[in-house]
Amino acid sequence: MRLVINKIVLFLSTLAAVLGLIFLFWILITLTIKGVAALNIHLFTNDLVNNGLRNLFIGQFILALIAVILGVPIGMAAGIYLQEYSFNNKFASFIRNLSDVMMSAPSIVIGTFVYAVVVNPVGHMNGWAGAIALAILMLPIVVRTTDDMLGLVPKELREAGVAIGAPKYKVIFNIIIKAAKVGIMTGLLLAFARIIGETAPLLFTSGNSQYFTLNLNQEFPSLTVAIYTLATMPDKHLVEIAWAGAFILTVFVLIINLLGRYITKEKK
Amino acid sequence: MNKVMDIKNFYFTYAKAPKPSLKNINLPIYENKVTALIGPSGCGKSTLLRSLNRIHDLYPGNKYEGEVLLKDLETGEMENILEYKKENELINLRQRVGMIFQKPTPFPMNVFDNISYGLKLMGKKNKSELEGRVEDALKGAALWEEVKERLKDDARGLSGGQQQRLCIARAIAVEPEVLLMDEPTSALDPISTIAIEELVAKLKDKVTIAIVTHNMQQASRISDYTAFMYLGELIEYGSTEQIFLNPKEKRTADYIAGKFG
Repeated sequence: MRLVINKIVLFLSTLAAVLGLIFLFWILITLTIKGVAALNIHLFTNDLVNNGLRNLFIGQFILALIAVILGVPIGMAAGIYLQEYSFNNKFASFIRNLSDVMMSAPSIVIGTFVYAVVVNPVGHMNGWAGAIALAILMLPIVVRTTDDMLGLVPKELREAGVAIGAPKYKVIFNIIIKAAKVGIMTGLLLAFARIIGETAPLLFTSGNSQYFTLNLNQEFPSLTVAIYTLATMPDKHLVEIAWAGAFILTVFVLIINLLGRYITKEKK
Repeated sequence: MNKVMDIKNFYFTYAKAPKPSLKNINLPIYENKVTALIGPSGCGKSTLLRSLNRIHDLYPGNKYEGEVLLKDLETGEMENILEYKKENELINLRQRVGMIFQKPTPFPMNVFDNISYGLKLMGKKNKSELEGRVEDALKGAALWEEVKERLKDDARGLSGGQQQRLCIARAIAVEPEVLLMDEPTSALDPISTIAIEELVAKLKDKVTIAIVTHNMQQASRISDYTAFMYLGELIEYGSTEQIFLNPKEKRTADYIAGKFG
């Protein structure tokens, strides 16, 4: 009887796994076929206004980069506080829980929040609002990564730093963070991969722009928002451009993820 | 003989612990001698050692009572280190009282930077002076010949025994008066252990050593004085010869004979 149950469970779980994988590969294959078919050099040399993607790539990258510049220092500072200074007091567990809740918050909610506190007072969508939304989105990931990775550093190393006569902040910055560097770097890379492909937080914060611009005070070009807009257009050619954009974005995110894995493997 | 440290009526209570882990400890540490702290696990020997550079202060809520005196180099007076409150007093204390841990603790940097780290903290910036002192420290820790070609390599790539000697070099580079060693060989192989023991014998000309060990042969080999601790109390203290050959307390005799541990 037990053997029979065993076999049934094995069969069902294999079925579930195969079913999941089928859909995953379906998506990837469709994306690759349609994406590759639409790829051409024209996309990389022209802006959206001329049916190209150039300004979108650059815009998306700049938004993510500013989000990193805003989110990483704040998130790392919070992670350092949690692991090195809080001694797991009640406030720390409150922050940890809050951060975990934030991590699972739908990104559209964060977009709405930024719309209310940034876009609405300013009166129009702008690049800063998009970058802030992405920064908020990555914040809990950075907090969690820093917290966890610092937590893996043995406490003897902290004691050894203090025992040689280093003040605590120097122990943290010269020794502990260096010891946790690989883990933190990987985490930051994955956080970057997470935000680079986001649409919802940008949809009504930075919006989109057909033109090349570096001015963050106005609507800002975004690949993901463009994919969303283009994909719903009646013009078949524009839909093809959306496929190409989606394909390139997927490849880019895949590369970042692989890079993250590579760093971890190399250094450990 | 000069006392470099003197522990008087010392009590130590861990944060949130209902009772003190160390009770009424009285123990002198003599200059340029090796003092061994022995006793079964949980007897408080490491706790006592870690009080001598106040490393317990890293964690909040721990409580010291009594006196731990350290000789002031200039005036020769004994100063109670438990009265230190400011961070730079504690930093100064730790530069005078160095520490070696059970597991080697190389910093995530190259060999040279590991050794010069403490010196740089003391404000030494001159490159040739640093180079000279790093070389002296590595020679003092009997590691120079093995690493002189590898000063720019990551210290974490050294073997365990080399790492531990690196930590000793790092500690003696800042020229402390006292060196605390918390079971420094328990994570090492026999050959590395012998190297460390020989090093201890060599170092005591320059620095006073207090060593915690659960290896009684080691204590008898390398120490001049031995303190036997049990359940947070100092049961017996005396010259190593006397403790091992002619213990006064029955518990000391039983422990040394291996009747419990």
